[in-house]
Amino acid sequence: MAPTLAVFKLASCDGCQLTLLDCEDELLALAGEVDITHFLEASSAVAPGPYDLSLVEGSVTTAEDAERIRAIRAASRHLVTIGACATAGGIQALRNFADVDEYRRVVYAHPEYVATLATSTPVSAHVDVDFELRGCPIDRRQLIEVITAFLAGRKPDVPDHSVCFECKRRGTVCVTVAHGTPCLGPVTHAGCGALCPAYHRGCFGCFGPSGSVNLPALIPLLRRDGLDEDAVERFLHTFNAAAFDKIDKE
Amino acid sequence: MTHRGSRVLHVGSLSRVEGEGALRLRVHDGTVTEARLEIYEPPRFFEAFLRGRSYTEPPDITARVCGICPVAYQMSACAAIEDACGVSVDPVIRELRRLLYCGEWIESQALHIYLLHAPDFLGRTSAIDLARTHRAEVERGLRLKKAGNSLMELLGGRAVHPVNVRLGGFHRVPAVDELRSLEEELKQALDDAWDTVRWVAGFEFPDAEVAADLLALAEPDTYAIESGTPTVLRTDGTRTSFPVRDFTEHVTETHVAHSTALHSRLDGRLHLTGSLARLAISGARLSPVALEAAVAAGLGDPRAGAVCRNPFRSILVRAVETVYAVGEALRIIRAYEPPARPYAEVPPVAGVGHGATEAPRGVLYHRYELDADGIVTSALLVPPTAQNQGAIEDDLRRLAQRALGEPDVDDGELTALCERAIRNHDPCISCSTHFLDLTVVRTAGEDAGGCDA
Repeated sequence: MAPTLAVFKLASCDGCQLTLLDCEDELLALAGEVDITHFLEASSAVAPGPYDLSLVEGSVTTAEDAERIRAIRAASRHLVTIGACATAGGIQALRNFADVDEYRRVVYAHPEYVATLATSTPVSAHVDVDFELRGCPIDRRQLIEVITAFLAGRKPDVPDHSVCFECKRRGTVCVTVAHGTPCLGPVTHAGCGALCPAYHRGCFGCFGPSGSVNLPALIPLLRRDGLDEDAVERFLHTFNAAAFDKIDKE
Repeated sequence: MTHRGSRVLHVGSLSRVEGEGALRLRVHDGTVTEARLEIYEPPRFFEAFLRGRSYTEPPDITARVCGICPVAYQMSACAAIEDACGVSVDPVIRELRRLLYCGEWIESQALHIYLLHAPDFLGRTSAIDLARTHRAEVERGLRLKKAGNSLMELLGGRAVHPVNVRLGGFHRVPAVDELRSLEEELKQALDDAWDTVRWVAGFEFPDAEVAADLLALAEPDTYAIESGTPTVLRTDGTRTSFPVRDFTEHVTETHVAHSTALHSRLDGRLHLTGSLARLAISGARLSPVALEAAVAAGLGDPRAGAVCRNPFRSILVRAVETVYAVGEALRIIRAYEPPARPYAEVPPVAGVGHGATEAPRGVLYHRYELDADGIVTSALLVPPTAQNQGAIEDDLRRLAQRALGEPDVDDGELTALCERAIRNHDPCISCSTHFLDLTVVRTAGEDAGGCDA
């Protein structure tokens, strides 16, 4: 029997699970190696668990999803979170620093119709997670590596060093050193291939904090390069706000 | 199975749509009394947390509303904020934006045609299932989809949430040779898009007609994508338009109980936006090759006023639009000369700005209010699927009612029909919703039909 693969979605934009469908060259080959038994975005054939590998996109923002993620965990031999929402709460975790009732009133004419938790939390805050794949969105090559590794029973080769390493490897001139461009590369987890500096902009932290982060060293550089205190806070408070905030407070 | 008795059908979540959602169909003594596409998105509160952000951030932030159409969000955000700041961009930048948008159209339309919609016409559960008997066709669809992604990766940095878009233009514009490197892949894509038109033209289409007004952007000289004037073709055949800045005076949203999406009406009436509306309103502005494709697809000649209102046939329109988008991409690449600067400076101005562009599934409107320092003080996003929800429900009601009038329709067939009716409109539920279970509640007399999932 081929191993079974499932894909689930919580609060998210669909972009990380779309990344699996964006593996145009590998998709049919993958479908020959695994049995994709639950992937609502792609198939109306849905089989119950257990699943050998479950990929989970999205963060937990409702009481129902908090229950659902427990059921998914119970049905999954390995559970891998894909993307910044599932791994760090995503951009919707900006509510964690605000008054969610006020948010509800701003967006909805009848806030009483809308059920939501006060926080957006990563899957790991609710259940054990076997591996967390970073990124907003995840990188296609890393996704293939993670699936391959779990099928082979080995650890994924996904280094946790910073984006700076990827710029050096790519031969990209440092945008901060050469142009004084504010860049989160020194504190951001590698994985995108250092895209932004190659497009002449500073990294904006899609992949969240790297394995060793030194914010007190970085923040004066951001200030020197023209960001005021509010702008520094906004820079760190986007797709991985909760993860950077946790490090800032440590 | 009877369709007059008390009955509850619970069929699990809707599949092959972007995002997750639920449908409730209530049948009372043989009559559909309620057809509801229920939207339960766990709210993500973009319009709330955009307040207090810098005016430079909405293109990157709002892309995260939708992983399927991030370029649409980036383009509507740029258009709205540049409008607020009184900046208009260089014609070459406009063309590059259109090129990036063509990449998203190609990717998204190929995704919907091959992976989400075609399995319905061939009795399959997925594209992977379909590949067992139609491998060459599925490979062609994936190759076409990949061509769209290649375009987005080159110009935008990556296919989901591109990094290269900024106010006023791009962080970096490509060299001529870089863009030209895509030409071979796009020439193949043009052949694949044509083969797609011929393939889907052979499908069988149930009769149906959308009974809603059609809304799309229109430009005088081209098929509108990244800009245009909101234009309405009413069910009586009359045509009107209004400026983008008046969008919310015409398209009004109401918040319906048990839903986290906001329902829209256009001048108080149901309306539909997306491929069918675009072809009806701008079809005569298609390129010669795309006009030829429309005729080959059996859609008639848009220049002679042909209008398709059958939502099952929207797959034909998506195929024609794919031919158009690939052709546009080739045209732009061949004519490209890099601009003097990759972007125009956009200094902040206190005020309000409006922007609307054509996401693959319809008009996406953004509105921002900025203070003099460029801080966003209010934001409004009106996604296409929220606009289409009323027309989709109307389709469901009429299709289900007609099916109930036929002999021997069981709940399984009714359910499959309802799911198809939703997929016809390529809803982007992640733009507006979350989990969706299909529940058919059938009641007779005062006898309640059961629980609602």
